[in-house]
Amino acid sequence: MQPKLFILPLSVAAAVVALVTWAAQSPQMPTALPVASGRTPTTEGADETVARLNRLFASNWEAEGIRPAQAADELQMLRRLSLSLHGTIPSLEEVRQFEADSDPDKLKRWTDRMLADTRFGDYFAERLARCFVGVEAGAFIIYRRDRFVDWLSGELNANRPYDELVRQMISEEGLWTGKPATNFVTATINENEVDENKLAARCVRAFLGQRIDCAQCHDHPFDHWTQAQFEGLAAHFGQTKFSIVGVENKQTRKNKESKKKETIEYEVDDYETENDETPKKRVVPPAVPFGAEWLPKTGSRRERLAGWITHPKNRRFERAMVCRVWGYLFGKSSSYLVDQPYGPDPPIDDLPDSGDLSEPDVLDILGADFREHGYDLKRLIQVMTASRPFLLASTHSADIDGGDPSRVERLLKQGAVFPLTRLRPEQVIGAMIQTGSIKTIDQNSHLVVRFLRFVNENNFVKEYGDLGEDELQEHAGTLPQALLRMNGEFGDNILTANPFTASGRIVASAGSDEACLDACFLVVLSRRPTFDEKEQLLPLLKNTTGDERKHVVEDIYWSMFNSPEFSWNH
Amino acid sequence: MESLNRSPIFSRRDVLQTFAGLGLSFAMPGLDLLAANKRGKERQKSFILLWLAGGPSQLETWDPHPGTKIGGPSKAIPTKDPKLKISDLYPRMAEQINEMTVIRSMVSKEGDHERGAYFLKTGFRPETTLVHPSVGAILTHELPVAGLEIPNHISLGSGPSPARGGYLGAKYDAFKVFDPGRNLQNLESRTDDKKRQKRRLANLDVISNSFRRGRRLQVERTLHQQTIDRARLMMSSEQLDALVIKDEPKKIRDAYGDSNFGRGCLVARRLVETGVRAIEVTLPGFDSHVNNYSSHVESAKSLDPAFSALISDLKKRDLLDSTVVLCIGEFGRTPNVNPLGGRDHWPSGFSCVIGGGGIKGGLVIGETDPIGKKIKPVDPIEVNQLHATIFKTMGVDITQETITPIGRPMKFCDGKPIPRLLV
Repeated sequence: MQPKLFILPLSVAAAVVALVTWAAQSPQMPTALPVASGRTPTTEGADETVARLNRLFASNWEAEGIRPAQAADELQMLRRLSLSLHGTIPSLEEVRQFEADSDPDKLKRWTDRMLADTRFGDYFAERLARCFVGVEAGAFIIYRRDRFVDWLSGELNANRPYDELVRQMISEEGLWTGKPATNFVTATINENEVDENKLAARCVRAFLGQRIDCAQCHDHPFDHWTQAQFEGLAAHFGQTKFSIVGVENKQTRKNKESKKKETIEYEVDDYETENDETPKKRVVPPAVPFGAEWLPKTGSRRERLAGWITHPKNRRFERAMVCRVWGYLFGKSSSYLVDQPYGPDPPIDDLPDSGDLSEPDVLDILGADFREHGYDLKRLIQVMTASRPFLLASTHSADIDGGDPSRVERLLKQGAVFPLTRLRPEQVIGAMIQTGSIKTIDQNSHLVVRFLRFVNENNFVKEYGDLGEDELQEHAGTLPQALLRMNGEFGDNILTANPFTASGRIVASAGSDEACLDACFLVVLSRRPTFDEKEQLLPLLKNTTGDERKHVVEDIYWSMFNSPEFSWNH
Repeated sequence: MESLNRSPIFSRRDVLQTFAGLGLSFAMPGLDLLAANKRGKERQKSFILLWLAGGPSQLETWDPHPGTKIGGPSKAIPTKDPKLKISDLYPRMAEQINEMTVIRSMVSKEGDHERGAYFLKTGFRPETTLVHPSVGAILTHELPVAGLEIPNHISLGSGPSPARGGYLGAKYDAFKVFDPGRNLQNLESRTDDKKRQKRRLANLDVISNSFRRGRRLQVERTLHQQTIDRARLMMSSEQLDALVIKDEPKKIRDAYGDSNFGRGCLVARRLVETGVRAIEVTLPGFDSHVNNYSSHVESAKSLDPAFSALISDLKKRDLLDSTVVLCIGEFGRTPNVNPLGGRDHWPSGFSCVIGGGGIKGGLVIGETDPIGKKIKPVDPIEVNQLHATIFKTMGVDITQETITPIGRPMKFCDGKPIPRLLV
């Protein structure tokens, strides 16, 4: 006992010293970006894939008689990339650097730079965690979502092959703290039991892009998945148990009556009637709905399932991830990825089989590239962001007063204009916090700033409302969100001009009225004011000083926060 | 908070002109909510859920078993209803509970807080592909109120699982007021300066217009402007007075009790008077794994005055016949007391109180085993039966199916009403 007693205060003291030292470091390190080490994406053949993709879109546009939108301007691309890859808008510091950069391949280099920044892993991990483990709090203690997200973030930053990650999540054994990937399993624990059904549904939905949950109770209405197939998949988790040592595979147990060892099998209850008190138990052996030859012959049941899901011939695996990442970058899934029976706003995780289509589609082209290059996520993102649809403006000459809605609909449907999508709560908050600072808020930011960001983000997300797992369905903004943006304390703190906020520093340091207005717009909307905006706003600034000037700038901030431009990606 | 009609930028006339200009007649007030002035059986019905978050113990509330091994220190006191005795922690409820029905045999399928609360609020077990709407969301979806400028579904107080719109859309989520009766939270402009408020809106118009160029129809689809207009209408609405209790007589405020929950219940009554359809008031703190009895003594200090004052107040104002009140949590607590003096989760044989709005009062349904041996209660009542009864009395047809966003047909409720509960 004795040694432990003084170790505790000592370690606390050591931790405090370490923390203070770390916090006292200059927030600006010589290298501007915290760089994630790990696999560098291969670029070999990437240009060809982009070209194939562009040809596919171009020929569709031609066939439909569509003229695509113009290319988006560079600052708009910077904002779009920043929101897609880091979940926030660029800082004034970054905007200035970007504008000063006149070397070739600018967008490509900035994309690479953002992918190398650890903010990429942090942001993508949080989004992917929604489909891997959901958003529920889950069982206390035995489920550690934070550990899972940290682990995932590290792996994404290191650019670990995606198939490896998936295999690890499905088959990992051990404690939810030391082996964070096991939280994939413990996230489903309910009343001390691993939920095999939920795990099977999650695997198929997240990794194979198919909602088969309906098949838990009846056959899938649109597709050919049956209840028996669902049970066969769930049976792969029949020997997954958890105890004090964590998640483990247990093949046998002692029979309570005969005291003999018996194999643990997956059993389902067969109910005769709805309120059957004594359902019959039926043993279900592990099975897969198709491609039985891909199932590895050895390994635990979970390892075999993981091998089957990630088998290179299982095309659903690559297509599902391509569809998801495309959805993250474009803010929504699209009908050129997923067609009927869902109409214009299809779910991201209920795809048709590749074999159902006569010609290679977007998912096939990108999927093959993804597979052939070691399931390299960063490369996949580089290819997508270099493709034509991502580079198009969100404005179109057809989308005007008195324009034809069906024509605009067709443009969106064919990827001929970049879609407007509502920012996620984390993106709104990330963006609002960034507008309070001239410098980039990232891992190098001062501890206090990051702490505030953490606290603010969580409270704000709570009030703003979380979209949960179905985050890519089209939602209009809600009344509480509008009220929060208009009157919330959080926004008010950010826009108030004082020596610590961007608005305050703009008032203090921007010389002319024009420079002041430019800076405001660049900080909040990542662009310069238009002619009309100058006409309206410059007279307000004219001949103002002191508090009066501060108030004008604060009011401009308020108006920008509440504009659709701020809370919609474009 | 001095006067709600102070926000001049959001002057009613401006806002109303905007709406008239947009042709949004449905949003036009001035219908005077005639329906809201009616009383008794003529009146449109409302629903108040008193949500006891954490899972209240049936033994320390409406189903005491004093003097038994499982009974704990709780005593039973008589009520105005000779066949009903409740815990002595609820002396004021003993005066009012005869207006309501006590069900002592609720059964649920979920014993975890998150899942249990979901099940109790929606009537369905959690699924991965679908979020079900809560009872309040369904009521507001099916029974809109003309002329209402404030939300039709409101959650008062703060708890871990506020009512959600689920597949009906975030629009039907309960509008949350965390500190009812005290803080209007985001409903008031942060600046009092009329000139600045006007300037902010004028700037907003210009900035929004720049964005609309070349995105006209796309921006229209975002409904951004409509949402802002609705927010402004709400900020300037006289109906917001329902959220303010400072003008209530002190006697009334004292009767409800000076607690977050007490103020919530008083605001709930005011919202019912204004015509709001569905309200929930949350009282957290029932998860008594440790020191069950003393924590229930604490909770009763809020619940007893607030609940009893709400019933008597609704009755006095002739609103009880049109207002369904349900008091329940996600589950009950184990008959056996654990070594820490606590009770754990118990989804089989727990209690609720329901009445008003056409639900028969004065009944005591079901019973639990006084020695806690038998798990299943006598005369078990399923959650979906309870919900079906509420929908029936409120006039919502639950036999129809709704197509969810993923194309799956769903019924709002898969239970049958309990005939003996319907007047």
